[in-house]
Amino acid sequence: MSNTASYWHLFRNGIFGENPVFRLALSLCPAVAVTSGLKNGFLMGIAVLFVQTMANVTTSLIRKFIHPKVRIPSYMFIIATWVTVTDLAMAAFARDVYAQMGLYIKLIVAFAIILSRSELFASKNKVIPSFFDGLGMGMGFLLALVIIGFFRELLGKGSLWGHPVVDTKPLLIMILPAGGFFAMGILMGFFNWVDIKFFGGTGAGGAGGH
Amino acid sequence: MEFSRLLELFIAASLINNFVFTRYLGLCIFFGVTKKMDTAIGMSVTFTSVMVISAALNWVIYKFIMTPLGLGFLEIVIFIGVVAGFVQAADTIMKKVSPGLYYKLGIYLALITTNCIILAVPLLNVSEGYNFIQSLAFGLGSGIGFSLAMIIMASIREKLELAEVPRSFRGLPISFVLTGLIALAFLGFSGLITL
Repeated sequence: MSNTASYWHLFRNGIFGENPVFRLALSLCPAVAVTSGLKNGFLMGIAVLFVQTMANVTTSLIRKFIHPKVRIPSYMFIIATWVTVTDLAMAAFARDVYAQMGLYIKLIVAFAIILSRSELFASKNKVIPSFFDGLGMGMGFLLALVIIGFFRELLGKGSLWGHPVVDTKPLLIMILPAGGFFAMGILMGFFNWVDIKFFGGTGAGGAGGH
Repeated sequence: MEFSRLLELFIAASLINNFVFTRYLGLCIFFGVTKKMDTAIGMSVTFTSVMVISAALNWVIYKFIMTPLGLGFLEIVIFIGVVAGFVQAADTIMKKVSPGLYYKLGIYLALITTNCIILAVPLLNVSEGYNFIQSLAFGLGSGIGFSLAMIIMASIREKLELAEVPRSFRGLPISFVLTGLIALAFLGFSGLITL
């Protein structure tokens, strides 16, 4: 397999094969919390994409200098540093969004998916593959948030990205906390159904992780 | 006056702004451990105590170390370090002092270190500007609220074992829909206190 093909494979794996939200069921908290609108979901996805990619690259760069016994704390500090960078940048450039979801941006640091990619992939691989792995995983996450945000905003407010598109009385419940859980459950069920029906899977996606 | 404010904080943190149902935090743990009642109870006890202690610890560190040195912007890095260090210490001490308790709750302690819900308590305390006692009340309220959520969920899921669920919805998807229903019920608390 040529290099380009394997990078493409890594990238695609994050989006479809091991989609962090729908397939691995990791880092669910923000997936429900910030997706009451398409815009918030998108910006959160971008933040995660950035942190995931940079954390993977940094971990990979210094993987030879980290003693195995202190590797988990070291990864935590690498991630925390990049989250601080993102947090401050968001606070400066996207004030209105930050006011709504600042807490969740800070909590990116506790995302299982970022730490698990550092541990499982970036600590064993060179910089370039780690970069693509981070990019793929980040894109998968972004895609999941955009899908959920799309449905919730369309049904809950009748608008997309703040612009009204449907002229009926919206289902208010979809933007309430409860609606987030409903949307998530139904979408996960749908992905499982597609997996069983068309790909012959077992529908075991979302086995429940940390 | 002060007491009624504390009570308000406690009720707001545990029922109205319940971490699971309105703030969506700690979902990974919430779905992970609520398959059995025993684990849910063990987790509740551990979480509540760690939350209260970490709220106190981080408040002291923020007030007396970070603020004088102007290190407020490093809150994420420092809080996560403090929580991880404290949990590791608790783990070691518990193993020596009370092995019985350690075998019951030790595995949960290991899971707690980097959980979003534990980190959220000190972060919210700082952003809301609570004083020491208020931080404690907020930590305790959040812990009790989380425990309540886990115990409700565990009792429903034990019944769910016997239900006939469509194949694609087995496991997590149906749990999400269930949580949505409980969240709807918790919406009823929102008029309880006007803060």
